[in-house]
Amino acid sequence: MLTNYAFIGILFVVALSFPLLPLIMAFFLRPKRPTTIKQSTYECGLEAIGDVHVQFKVQYYLYAIAFVIFDVEVIFLYPWAVAFDQVGLFGFTAAAVFILMLFLGLLYEWKKGALEWI
Amino acid sequence: MTDAVPLSWVLGLSGALFCIGLFAALARRNLVGVLMGVELMLNAAIINMVAFWRYLEPRFITGQNFAIFIIAVAAAEAAVGLAMIIAIYRNWQTVKADEVDSLKG
Amino acid sequence: MEQIQIPPVDLAVVAPLITVVGWAIVLLLVDVFFVPAGQKRITGYLGIAGLVMAGAVAAPLWGSDSSTFGGMLVLDNFALALTWIFLLIGAISMVIALDYLPRQGIEQGEFYPLIMFAVSAMMLLGQSANLIVMFLGIELLSITLYILTGFAYPRLSSEEAAMKYLLLGAFAAGFFVYGIALIYGQTGTVQLFSTAPGQESLAEYLGRQTFAAVDLTLLLVGSGLVLVAFGFKVALVPFHMWTPDVYEGAPTPVTAFMSVGTKGAALAALLRLLDMALPSLQPIWLPVLATLAAVTMLLGNLGAIAQSNVKRMLAYSSIGHAGYLLLGVMTVSERGVQGFLFYLLAYSLTNLGAFAVLIALEQRGEAAWSLDDFAGLWQRQPFLALAMAVFMLSLAGVPPTAGFVGKFYVFMAAWEGGLGWLALVGMLTSAIAAFFYLRVIARMFMQEPVRDVQPQLFRGLTLGISIAAAGTLIFGILPTLLINVVQQTALAVGR
Repeated sequence: MLTNYAFIGILFVVALSFPLLPLIMAFFLRPKRPTTIKQSTYECGLEAIGDVHVQFKVQYYLYAIAFVIFDVEVIFLYPWAVAFDQVGLFGFTAAAVFILMLFLGLLYEWKKGALEWI
Repeated sequence: MTDAVPLSWVLGLSGALFCIGLFAALARRNLVGVLMGVELMLNAAIINMVAFWRYLEPRFITGQNFAIFIIAVAAAEAAVGLAMIIAIYRNWQTVKADEVDSLKG
Repeated sequence: MEQIQIPPVDLAVVAPLITVVGWAIVLLLVDVFFVPAGQKRITGYLGIAGLVMAGAVAAPLWGSDSSTFGGMLVLDNFALALTWIFLLIGAISMVIALDYLPRQGIEQGEFYPLIMFAVSAMMLLGQSANLIVMFLGIELLSITLYILTGFAYPRLSSEEAAMKYLLLGAFAAGFFVYGIALIYGQTGTVQLFSTAPGQESLAEYLGRQTFAAVDLTLLLVGSGLVLVAFGFKVALVPFHMWTPDVYEGAPTPVTAFMSVGTKGAALAALLRLLDMALPSLQPIWLPVLATLAAVTMLLGNLGAIAQSNVKRMLAYSSIGHAGYLLLGVMTVSERGVQGFLFYLLAYSLTNLGAFAVLIALEQRGEAAWSLDDFAGLWQRQPFLALAMAVFMLSLAGVPPTAGFVGKFYVFMAAWEGGLGWLALVGMLTSAIAAFFYLRVIARMFMQEPVRDVQPQLFRGLTLGISIAAAGTLIFGILPTLLINVVQQTALAVGR
């Protein structure tokens, strides 16, 4: 019964060793000759400029929020898709009404200017 | 395979998750952290619903149904909450719960 | 493969609901596409028209007793009476907001559709016979109210109130769903009562059990969590801490709207849950609720005494009134249900009116809500002073007003239900409450003005205050008009 968990455990160990093993091996095998150039911060070949913590535009968060909503609403379409051949016209109408409402929401959002990137 | 995991284990998981969420919602100062705690509480309830459905009443899909509704509602709530946190941040320049305090109790 | 049985759908049951929701969605788009900025009161007029139309749609359904969507939604006279009360609340809130929004510089067309969404959520709560639907109703109501609370966006107090409300509301939602999950775990169903023979439901499950034999821990813990969530939404006393802040910070029409609407809708749902699904557990939940009601009435009214800000005072007094409403909910009897409905309507009209008077005293940037600002109101604005006097008397429960009849009704219900001590607590706290309500009247009529406050009246505001005051007086002087209607409703719910 609970031996089924052994498989998950083995998988877990293997998955963990997969990235760790090469790193550990490399640590022991590689030659260590550090120089200033080698230790400098690497960012596309240039010196890094500015702070790491960049303030994103508010617009960015609005996009994220809008995305979350539309993304999650799709969850209601899954049951419909699974039982598509059994719920017939009734299910189709219900899903159509639902999608129409989502569309009206999108229309509102578009007109409000939430989709413009300033 | 159904009885590979006893029901009580799943309930224990969801109970623990609920308590972690509760603790986060009560103890965190960061508003985003509080919101995350609340989401954990909701997710604990979802695990519960699905577990009860699977083990006790697999004939009716009430549990699954409810889980889907909770997910959707939680997303809406989180969206409004995050939008509000952004608005607060613009006004106060902070997202710490105890610094947002102008109304006197 | 087995064919899925689709339950028959009776659209008549949801006709008022669909009207409000559909109108609100269309209105949202009409507003953003066609109504120019600065003319947003047009949206308001359209919204009020939609609510009136929904009321008309609901009219021919009176007397029906049906359910649809597999029993998830029911339509009986109780639900219909609630529907009309909520539509009225929504319409009056819109009327008093018509001038308020532009004057505060926060005129956004979304206000009116949002109120309509909130109204539809309340109607959903009144009609729900299923815990899932109840959850959806509560969440739809709460989420719209969070937005409405923060509607005065750049104003700090409004944002802060919205954030507090959201965090506590979401917290309560967590308790609510976890409680429902536990109830489901025990009984295997989330249906409150059977609407068709053979349907699984909580009432049926409890009817089958012999209590000594079965361990009901899960069900009891779940119900407790659900009760806590309701306590948060209705602002019963151990869970009321957010109320004064949120009510003070929210735009005044929104405060008026949620102080009556949320309580009415959530308590109506609680009433269905307790009276129709869990009546056999009454020996267990009655002492808990009775204690809650007593503490709520006591602390709500005592808290109000200490306030010098009238808006805050009304917030505390609304906590106390939740206690009185709870009296009608917990006595599983027709009298209790009738009392609940009567009290809800009386309290709604009165409280909306009182907040409307506050709106008249609220100028842009500065709100004149302290007791001093009410001093000498009689000399400056006799109409406002008279109306406020009527509302204060009604809230205090003085005879020629609807508030008195409502209080009398719920105290009677409590007395007949064997809760004599609770009725006594109610009368005692009413006496305490009379002190701070009458204090406002004394200031208005017997004192000279302290500060130079110019109350401003607009047509919409005057109309709203007049309707509220007239209703308060008419139902106080001729209560039989309403009692006859209310008596027909109780029969349906107490089947």
